[in-house]
Amino acid sequence: MPQSAEHVLDHFDLFRGPEYQQMLANKKKMFENPRDPAEVERVREWAKTPEYREKNFAREALTVNPAKACQPLGAVFAAVGFEQTIPFVHGSQGCVAYYRSHLSRHFKEPSSCVSSSMTEDAAVFGGLNNMIDGLANTYNMYKPKMIAVSTTCMAEVIGDDLNAFIKTSKEKGSVPAEYDVPFAHTPAFVGSHVTGYDNALKGIIEHFWDGKAGTAPKLERTANEKINFIGGFDGYTVGNIREVKRIFGLMGIDYTILADNSEVFDTPTDGEFRMYDGGTTLEDAANAIHAKATISMQEYCTEKTLPLIAAHGQEVAAFNHPVGVSATDKFLMTLSRITGKPIPEELARERGRLVDAVADSSAHIHGKKFAIYGDPDLCLGLAGFLLELGAEPTHILATNGGKAWAEKVQKLLDSSPFGQNCHVYPGKDLWHMRSLLFTEPVDFLIGNTYGKYLERDTGTPLIRIGFPIFDRHHHHRYPVWGYQGGLNVLVWILDRIFESIDATTNVPAKSDYSFDIIR
Amino acid sequence: MSVSPTLSVAEIKDRNKALIEEVLKVYPEKTAKRRAKHLNVHQEGKPDCGVKSNIKSIPGVMTIRGCAYAGSKGVVWGPIKDMIHISHGPVGCGQYSWAARRNYYIGTTGIDTFVTMQFTSDFQEKDIVFGGDKKLAKIMDEIQELFPLNNGITVQSECPIGLIGDDIEAVSKAKSKEYDGKTIVPVRCEGFRGVSQSLGHHIANDAIRDWVFDKIAPDAAPRFEPTPYDVAIIGDYNIGGDAWSSRILLEEMGLRVIAQWSGDGSLAELEATPKAKLNVLHCYRSMNYISRHMEEKYGIPWCEYNFFGPSKIAESLRKIASYFDDKIKEGAEQVIAKYQPLMDAVIAKYRPRLEGKTVMLFVGGLRPRHVIGAYEDLGMEVVGTGYEFGHNDDYQRTAQHYVKDGTLIYDDVTGYEFEKFVEKIQPDLVGSGIKEKYVFQKMGVPFRQMHSWDYSGPYHGYDGFAIFARDMDMAINSPVWKMTKAPWKAEEQPLLQAAE
Repeated sequence: MPQSAEHVLDHFDLFRGPEYQQMLANKKKMFENPRDPAEVERVREWAKTPEYREKNFAREALTVNPAKACQPLGAVFAAVGFEQTIPFVHGSQGCVAYYRSHLSRHFKEPSSCVSSSMTEDAAVFGGLNNMIDGLANTYNMYKPKMIAVSTTCMAEVIGDDLNAFIKTSKEKGSVPAEYDVPFAHTPAFVGSHVTGYDNALKGIIEHFWDGKAGTAPKLERTANEKINFIGGFDGYTVGNIREVKRIFGLMGIDYTILADNSEVFDTPTDGEFRMYDGGTTLEDAANAIHAKATISMQEYCTEKTLPLIAAHGQEVAAFNHPVGVSATDKFLMTLSRITGKPIPEELARERGRLVDAVADSSAHIHGKKFAIYGDPDLCLGLAGFLLELGAEPTHILATNGGKAWAEKVQKLLDSSPFGQNCHVYPGKDLWHMRSLLFTEPVDFLIGNTYGKYLERDTGTPLIRIGFPIFDRHHHHRYPVWGYQGGLNVLVWILDRIFESIDATTNVPAKSDYSFDIIR
Repeated sequence: MSVSPTLSVAEIKDRNKALIEEVLKVYPEKTAKRRAKHLNVHQEGKPDCGVKSNIKSIPGVMTIRGCAYAGSKGVVWGPIKDMIHISHGPVGCGQYSWAARRNYYIGTTGIDTFVTMQFTSDFQEKDIVFGGDKKLAKIMDEIQELFPLNNGITVQSECPIGLIGDDIEAVSKAKSKEYDGKTIVPVRCEGFRGVSQSLGHHIANDAIRDWVFDKIAPDAAPRFEPTPYDVAIIGDYNIGGDAWSSRILLEEMGLRVIAQWSGDGSLAELEATPKAKLNVLHCYRSMNYISRHMEEKYGIPWCEYNFFGPSKIAESLRKIASYFDDKIKEGAEQVIAKYQPLMDAVIAKYRPRLEGKTVMLFVGGLRPRHVIGAYEDLGMEVVGTGYEFGHNDDYQRTAQHYVKDGTLIYDDVTGYEFEKFVEKIQPDLVGSGIKEKYVFQKMGVPFRQMHSWDYSGPYHGYDGFAIFARDMDMAINSPVWKMTKAPWKAEEQPLLQAAE
């Protein structure tokens, strides 16, 4: 009996004891009808081959281990970025349980969201009654300033009309007539979570700017000097938005962050649960129409939102999750150009420090091959940074990336000698990536938590950058934007490189001659 | 540091009743009437907990419940390790449930084992418009090509499948025929069916009956020689290794476990289960259906058991042994005796640190009642409990065997109610899920996830109880809870505060 009160064994150690190992071996042999181990080994080896890769890439219908989620997740993420706003997802309730769990597992924070809990009867008769009751309950219980409605695929398949339903709900007294209930149709079978972010944000902006679904006069734009800022769906939203606010502060820019969820996903433990915290005020959301320009940090999260804003007469500028020196340069210079404010010396010094750090360390990264996967903008941002570190991106994959994205990545790669041996894989999944890593190995893999299966199977060390990160804590509190953010990304990459060198040079009298104390 | 004031049972009942009245005030009248039926103060001697259950959640209240897909793919089928489970429909459902439940297994993932993978048909608009049957058929071909060592396929339906009129049964039958009778199981667990995960469990159980049991040739030779001591573990999902720390006890007492349902389970084990002499059932809620079916069709008795905490484990081992001869009965006594010193040592170490601490639970399946004994073994008291998706038979078992007079009962609790109850009762520990964890920790209340064991476990069996005790101590007596108030602000607010 290995367990003891003195030294309690966790699952890590408990099941490795002889009692359990014997038991499990016996279970397998006697009852599992296991495959011949030689056959398992043969298939395991075969799955590493170019032949398997070819079959794997010939897949037309099956998706295995995708790196994307569905629209409503992005809608919920955007909605909680507004002051005292509760996301209300119209459709089946299980979906909401999933979004809340998913966000909580990444941020290690509460995630508040309600569902209209549609079931079979709603599938037949439509979900109008669920909307009427649901809005009334949410309004009374959670006292939100705004309820932002989106949809699950169930409501989309049966064709529920949010605009009409919300109107009827107001007529039935669920919420006051003038109460803000912006909405967005977010079908899970179109696009991904980044599309849902875009649709939800567009819905909210449209609501405030364009007459609240016909219930208020449209706003007239009187241009001012403010800048609107949109972060997009971003696992680093907490650290990033704070960093961006600091940069705006340093530059003396008057700004509005749209969908600012940096507070609600980082509330203190001090005895009080804050269901709501921070967020763009509804007044600011409305007044954002008057801004001089709107900056989106993620083009593919704002494909519909930015044209809507541009149509109201603002300049718009989109970036691709800018990481590193030149991407941050471009971001700051755009800010400076639009606002007419100079980039302060302090930021120039931060830039110099990042360049200093790159100069100190790039020898360890130069020429190393990387595979990257993640959301379309993040892939672009990381690829750009790797190129300026002298690394060689080799595989870049976005399950939710399309043809236009792939062309954009290719253009970036073409701009650098370090991007010459790289291929771009739009619409592919992590099982494709597995074949790539076996047949065209790289030194490091950058991706989210699910990359750990690729690391285990292919031996490619994983650098966790992306969403979701479930198995490492608190990285979302660090920015990856700005020069400071670039420094964080640099350190994460370097740490993994050094760990990897140490881990492969630590066998005494065999490989310990490279086990250096100074690197 | 218990913050609960010492109250008599009568005072507790009055407080709890007042608390229920108070939370109901927040609702519109119609909702208050409906929610009132789910909240109660347990009266000793009553046959159930006096709450309505297994009825629709109310829109907009922030229910904690999930859906039928979660009950089938996430709970029952997902852990069957040598089969490939297709999340059939849009990408999200499979993505959010991907490897999230810690159903431990042994196997070569991606080659002969597939639990921690996400297979999806990733529905696009055209699949909704034109139907997904052809795509599903092609997916099965591609699975056969790329994952040749899979022992079977299940189709886990997401919401759109039932709405667009796809015939997944026809596709499954045709492909099964094409692949020499391969086990291919269509499961109609669309998320909008039923009121919670619970119907998904039932649908998944029925799918095993119809598409696994009923396909076994009656004259098929058994894969092993039967013995009089063959049992199957039903309703243990091997979270953190729970089924393993249970199996070892059954084997030590002389029984032979021929199948695990479904944690670390395989198709062969499902198929062999009708040969068992007894089905031992841990999660009654999710697998009573198949147990009843096997009783009716194959004459296999089933026996509920509880492997949380030494008191219930000993009681359960004896109960299981009572179905067998003296050899097994003696075996049970030997097992109990063998682990007694370990249990004594665990209790001696942790009980003094946990004595008198109060707990509020809100979980799924069997846990709102089953873990009460384990807390009591540590001198702790469960002062409130409720089921996410329980039925009245769960509340009957709870009332008759577990909860104390005056316990606050909340069925399908809403976010608002749970926060208010905890704020007012101020328990020393809350045990619930990931969606609740950070809410209560912000309030300064120690918390353990009682679905995933907070990434710890196992909690079942004697080996698991040591971990359970250690974890509860770690949660409650962590120094962090002394730091939640800035010292210069210590007197400003009550200790716990729910969001307004």
